[in-house]
Amino acid sequence: MSSDSSLLSLLIWIPIVGGLLTLAVGDRRGAFGRVTALTFAMITLLISLALWNGFDRTTHLMQFVEMVPWIEPFNINYHLGVDGISMPFIVLTSFITVIVVIAGWEVIQDRNSQYMAAFLMMTGLMNGVFAALDAILFYVFWEAMLIPMFVIIGVWGGPNRVYATIKFFLYTFLGSVFMLISLLWLYSESNTFSILAYHDLKIGMTAQILIFFAFLLAFAVKVPMWPVHTWLPDAHVEAPTGGSVVLAAIMLKMGAYGFLRFSLPIVPDASSELDTFMITLSLIAVVYIGFVALVQQDMKKLIAYSSISHMGFVTLGFFIPFMIFKQSGSMEGAAIGVEGALAQMISHGFISGAMFLSVGVLYDRLHSRQIGDYGGVANTMPVFAAFMLFFSMANAGLPGTSGFVGEFMVILGAFRANFWIAFLAATTLILGAAYTLWMYKRVVYGKVGNEGVAGLSDMNKREFLIMAILAAAVLGMGLYPAPVIDVMHASVDHLLQQITVSKL
Amino acid sequence: MKFDTSQLSAVAPEITLLTLACAVLLVDLFVKEESRIITGLLTMGSLLVTAVVVAAGMSGETQLLFDGSIVRDPMGDVLKIAVLLITTMVFLYSGDYQKDRELYRGEYFVLGLFGVLGMMILISAHSFLTLYLGLELMSLSMYVMVALQRDEARASEAAMKYFVLGALASGMLLYGISMLYGATGSLDIGEVAIAIQSQSSNADLNLVLVFGLVFVVSGTAFKLGAVPFHMWVPDVYQGAPTSVTTYIASAPKIAAFAMVMRLLVDGLNGMILDWQPMLIILALLSMALGNVIAIAQTNLKRMLAYSGISHIGFLLLGVLSGTEAGYESAMFYAITYALTSAGGFGMILLMSRKGFEAEEISDYKGLAKRHPWYALMMLILMFSMAGVPPTVGFYAKLAVLQQVVSVDLVWLAVAAVFFSVIGAFYYLRVIKTIYFDKAEGEGMSVENVDLNPVGITLSLNAMVVLALGLFPAQLMLICQSAIG
Repeated sequence: MSSDSSLLSLLIWIPIVGGLLTLAVGDRRGAFGRVTALTFAMITLLISLALWNGFDRTTHLMQFVEMVPWIEPFNINYHLGVDGISMPFIVLTSFITVIVVIAGWEVIQDRNSQYMAAFLMMTGLMNGVFAALDAILFYVFWEAMLIPMFVIIGVWGGPNRVYATIKFFLYTFLGSVFMLISLLWLYSESNTFSILAYHDLKIGMTAQILIFFAFLLAFAVKVPMWPVHTWLPDAHVEAPTGGSVVLAAIMLKMGAYGFLRFSLPIVPDASSELDTFMITLSLIAVVYIGFVALVQQDMKKLIAYSSISHMGFVTLGFFIPFMIFKQSGSMEGAAIGVEGALAQMISHGFISGAMFLSVGVLYDRLHSRQIGDYGGVANTMPVFAAFMLFFSMANAGLPGTSGFVGEFMVILGAFRANFWIAFLAATTLILGAAYTLWMYKRVVYGKVGNEGVAGLSDMNKREFLIMAILAAAVLGMGLYPAPVIDVMHASVDHLLQQITVSKL
Repeated sequence: MKFDTSQLSAVAPEITLLTLACAVLLVDLFVKEESRIITGLLTMGSLLVTAVVVAAGMSGETQLLFDGSIVRDPMGDVLKIAVLLITTMVFLYSGDYQKDRELYRGEYFVLGLFGVLGMMILISAHSFLTLYLGLELMSLSMYVMVALQRDEARASEAAMKYFVLGALASGMLLYGISMLYGATGSLDIGEVAIAIQSQSSNADLNLVLVFGLVFVVSGTAFKLGAVPFHMWVPDVYQGAPTSVTTYIASAPKIAAFAMVMRLLVDGLNGMILDWQPMLIILALLSMALGNVIAIAQTNLKRMLAYSGISHIGFLLLGVLSGTEAGYESAMFYAITYALTSAGGFGMILLMSRKGFEAEEISDYKGLAKRHPWYALMMLILMFSMAGVPPTVGFYAKLAVLQQVVSVDLVWLAVAAVFFSVIGAFYYLRVIKTIYFDKAEGEGMSVENVDLNPVGITLSLNAMVVLALGLFPAQLMLICQSAIG
């Protein structure tokens, strides 16, 4: 274990410092602000690759640990560390930031460097969420991250942006304050804010249930799970392309990550008790939201609903192990559900990002997100049509793309628990194909729909570059997912061990 | 009773400030209208000198002076330094605003200094009489400051309201004190505490004590501006010249916190089971009403007034937990709230011009385009008031809530965070106006706000709010050692 390394601190503070510098450079010096932002995004990505490289895959223990006393009167520490569950998301976050910076290069005309700066600072804060091992430190990053997103949607968003961004902020704020109360309660029980100490803390059943629901409120809003998902379509539709990408690729994952870091290990008995409830909510998200996606007229809304449906798979994978354990008395084979869910999270990061970028490419040209305003795009933008086809297929879970890996593993896990759960979950393969490909057909195929489409020009080099990178990632993970899953293995096994031990 | 001159050194800060205030009053007589800045500088100098005197005399021990009528303890010293520094900041803020409105007069400064003197006496009070003396000195100075703008009907109305209601509150407080005196036979806070401990079994006396307590709590709630004794707050905040509002909304809150500590904790700690439920009701109502009504406001001063009411509710949460750590958290809350609140009104002072009061929220439309830096400062201040990390407001709320949870009042903590989410809405609306709305009308676009003393003060103020948010430990430790 390389415990003396400060890689994690660098991953948090380099983008934040970069953001401040970009802000200081401003727009007065032409493209200099953008270049600064890109440089810092690239540096962050390189450091995150070093993190991936130096990561020890054989242990479930926290690595790259940093521990400095921060607020001593409350025993709050600047305590960072990653395991196999959190590390991949830091890499994903740093990767997506580079994509977003390039994607916003010429598209954002108004206050460009402020836009870039907001994204960079958000990257640092999001890395902080994944790296924090102190509950208050986690909470600080978790809340602070809302500030740049609030500004991004509100300043660079669509016509109804103010409504969307305030709804986004208040929804997430409401959810997380209840988490704060449970953290304070845990502190008064244990006199520490260390998340890892909470994992070993004995808690009574009533308290566990209450804490579970407090956490659920915070994380379910973020995931988002049905029925607290309504902020997401609004936020996605109004957010600028980059905002949508980060929202879908990273922020949604934080809710799911919260389940793994907080809910499952801290209150395992409550999680086990309420597994049917959680699985039901997840299945409603998968099936019902899948149907909702089918009828959308707005492309961004459709992808937003598709995200909710895909995230339903993730929560399903997290709670399947409890059902398996209850039936067979062992966690044999349960890991595939959780690992599948994690793989789904990473893969969805790539695919949803790519889908929102595809819509962004169209939106930048015609300033419409309505499916009805397009048709026959393949005639004028053949290269774009090819990329979008690939990403649509991945979104539908085509084997060979990363979208297939996670869904398949979760369905396999579900089969061990209950046939009907697996059956309902598997409907997503049909529904997903239906809503994605139907949208694709209406937008891309057929005759050229109108004059606007006839005048479209194909992707430029910049757009081609980001699409190609994302396509490579989707394909790579689809064909050879082993490296990603290997990284998680030890930590997931340990987590499953932890949640079988009752804390009553 | 013998007058002991050796004890005078312990009240050196008060003596210094009194002397300097008199000096400022005299100097101002000889200063010409155009060089009035001398008075302003002398005033700020006096405050800083007094702060140094307080700091130099800090001993870390509790001393009772003059037969127990005055106490000098670490809590008092820290609170006094906070009051002095924050008031200095308020004077820095108000300079230009006062000049534009021909309010830049000697009386303003001298009254401000006497008000601070009152706060210091209030903070150090260890007898009901001293406490009342300090309170009245503070309040009377503020009544007059509100009325300084004589030709403005709204200000005169506000001053009248403030005076009448304030006098009523003082009366209630005095009535309560007389009850306590009747039951315990003493005005000395320490002796009252002992008397209450020893006669807790006497039912008749207890009735008198509780009766007195109700009036004392009501009077205190009036001064704090807690619901249902809050009616004066919005009108006075809105009606007073903004510079005076800044003064009223910051340091006096710290003094009021000290008053709560002296009366309820030092004096009536034996009756905690009686006053705790009262404070729970006051806190709940303040948070609920303050946050909900603030949503309906279009005037920024009025909105901040209601927001202040809700913050008082939060502050009371720390006190009512009845633990030492709870008092520390309330003290931390009082100091940081005074700081943030001064910044919020400082923004109005910065943006106001001659003949233009930047007090409607809509006046701030599109500020981010015109003054991105000040927009960012306002963003920090607003998020701090909403309690969003990484600003100091978050830790203030965290500390207070932690205490509430630790004494098993989880439901109260849940209610508190629920109202703070409601509260977040109106702070967000201000940020929305600044960042998302397009500028319209002339308003602030007429003149460019470049670097000036007010702008620098505001930047410093907001930066301190942010810095304390990143590193709150030091101030928390100070509060800890001050109370513990």
